[in-house]
Amino acid sequence: MSEIKEKIILEAKNVEAWFGDFQAVKGISVAYGEKTINAIIGPSGCGKSTYLRTLNRIHEETEGAYVRGEVLLEGQNIYDKRIDVVDVRKRIGMVFQKPNPFPSLSILDNVVVGLRLQGINKRSTLMEVAESCLKKAALWEEVKDKLNSLGTSLSGGQQQRLCIARALAINPPVLLMDEPTSALDPIATAKIEELMNEIKRDYTVIIVTHNMQQAARISDYTSFFVYGKMIEHGLSSDIFTNPKEKQTEDYISGRFG
Amino acid sequence: MKLKSKTQDAVLFYTLRVISLLVIALLLFIMFVLTKSAWPAISKMGFSFIIGREWNPVEDQFGALPFIFGTLITSFIALIIATPVSILVALFISEYLPKNVSRIIALLVEMVAAIPSIVFGLWGIFFLSPLMKETIAPFLKKYFSFIGLFEGPSFGIGILTASMVLAVMIVPTISSICRSIFELIPKHQKEASYALGSTKFEMIKMAVIVPSLSGISSAVVLGLGRALGETMAVTMLIGNSPVIAKSLFSPAATMASVMANEYTDANTPLHVSSLCYLALLLFFITFLSNLLAKSIVKNFSRLR
Repeated sequence: MSEIKEKIILEAKNVEAWFGDFQAVKGISVAYGEKTINAIIGPSGCGKSTYLRTLNRIHEETEGAYVRGEVLLEGQNIYDKRIDVVDVRKRIGMVFQKPNPFPSLSILDNVVVGLRLQGINKRSTLMEVAESCLKKAALWEEVKDKLNSLGTSLSGGQQQRLCIARALAINPPVLLMDEPTSALDPIATAKIEELMNEIKRDYTVIIVTHNMQQAARISDYTSFFVYGKMIEHGLSSDIFTNPKEKQTEDYISGRFG
Repeated sequence: MKLKSKTQDAVLFYTLRVISLLVIALLLFIMFVLTKSAWPAISKMGFSFIIGREWNPVEDQFGALPFIFGTLITSFIALIIATPVSILVALFISEYLPKNVSRIIALLVEMVAAIPSIVFGLWGIFFLSPLMKETIAPFLKKYFSFIGLFEGPSFGIGILTASMVLAVMIVPTISSICRSIFELIPKHQKEASYALGSTKFEMIKMAVIVPSLSGISSAVVLGLGRALGETMAVTMLIGNSPVIAKSLFSPAATMASVMANEYTDANTPLHVSSLCYLALLLFFITFLSNLLAKSIVKNFSRLR
C-alpha cells in the first residue's frame, strides 16, 4: 500500500463484511490521513458501499450482517467490545445515497437533531451550530428565511446538502459519504463537489462514488474495489494517470465495469 | 378480433359497475329500512330520545342516553388499555424480532381477531369476571380509589370487565395496522437516525413513532369503530342495566347490547321502533368514526 503523508486518523485492518453466509467485503486494509478526501470506486456490487458501512458500524444494523477485522479510529478499535456503538457514530458521521431528512422535522430541527440527541437544547447554541453547518454545506443562503419549513419541502440537491449539514452538526472528525450525488442532477452534484473542498479543511472524508470523474476531481486518495477486494489504493493523481494494476487501468479507461 | 376484445371490456366494465352499485344500494337500503322502522320513535320522541335517561319499555319510556353512555365509556376505556399495548406489540414485532419469527408472531396476534366474539364472552365470564371480582377490583379500590371511579362492590361483571374484553378484542386490529405502518418506514430513515449516534430507543422514537403518529391515530380510530359495534362479548359481561353509573364496577348497557337483549321480547311497536332508532344512532356513530379514520389516513399519505 502506498504511503500517506498525513497523520493517520482512521485505519481499516483486514475488514470483512458478511451478510449471513455471503461475504461482501474480503479483507480490506487501508489507512486514511487526517483532513483528506478518500474516494472508493469500483463496479456495482463490488462491496464498496458495504465496506463504507463497516466504518461506522451501521452495516451490523442489517439483519444477519456482521463484520470481522478491526477499524481503528485514532488508534482505538471501534469494534472493541468495550466501545459503545453510539459513541462511534457520533464521531464518524454519514451521508447516504438518497437524501433522507426526517420528514416530520423542520429544516432547522433536521440540522440540530443530532445535538438534541446529545442533550443540547439551548436555543442560541443550536442556532449558532445550525447557521455554521448550513453555511459549510452551502445551503444557508437558500434556506435562512425558511428555517421552520419542513426539510422535505426542499429540492433533492438541497435535501442532500441539508443531510450534510446534519452530519456536520455533531462535528465528527470523519465523514462517510455513500454515493451522495448519485440521486442528484449535475448542477446539484457540482454544488456538493464544491463544498467538499470546504469540508476538507476540518474533516476527513471517505466517499464512495460511481462516478470516476468525480473521484478524480475531488479526492486526494482513491481505492479501487472489485468483488469485495481492494485492487489498488493510492494518490488519486497516480491512480487516474498511472495505475499499477491492469484491472484498475481497464476500469478507469472504461474497458471493464 | 378487435371488436371482440372491445365487447369483452364493455361486458366486464358494466358487470363491475352493476355489482359495485349494488353494494352501495344495499347500504342505502339498510339505512332506509332502519329509518322507516325507527320513524314512529323518531317522530314521537325526536331528539329527547337521545338525551332521555329513562329506559322502561313497560311504561313506554325510551331514553337512549344510558346506552350511548355505555357504548362510549366502554369503547373509550378499551382504547386507553389497548392503544399502548398495541403500539408496544407492533414495535416489538417490527423492530425487535428477526424477520422469520416476526411473521409467525404477527400471524398469531392477528389470529386473536379471528376468535369469535362469543368465545371472548365465555372467556370473560369464566376467567376475567372472577379475576375482576377477587383481584383487580380490590386492588384498584385499595390504591386508586382517590380517582373516584372505583367505588362500590364489584360483582365481576360491569363496565370495566366489558371494557377489558373489548380491549383484548381490538388489540389485534390496532397492532396489525400499526405494524404495517412501522414496516413502511424506509430503512434509510432509521439509518439516518443511527448515523447521528442515536440509541435504538431514540431511533424508534424519532424515526418510527413520530412519523407514524397520524397513522397510529387512524389505527386507534379503526379500533374504536370495532369496539363501538361489538355486541356479543359485551352483552355477556356488562350486566345489562340501563343506568349511568359513576363507578366503573357497576353494570351498564351499550347500544348494541340492549338491541341484542331486547329485540326478541319487544312486543309494543314503539319498543321495536325505539330499538331501530338506537340502531340508526349506532350506525351513525360508527360511520362517523370510520370517516374520521379515513380522513386521518388521507392527511397521513399527503405527509409522506
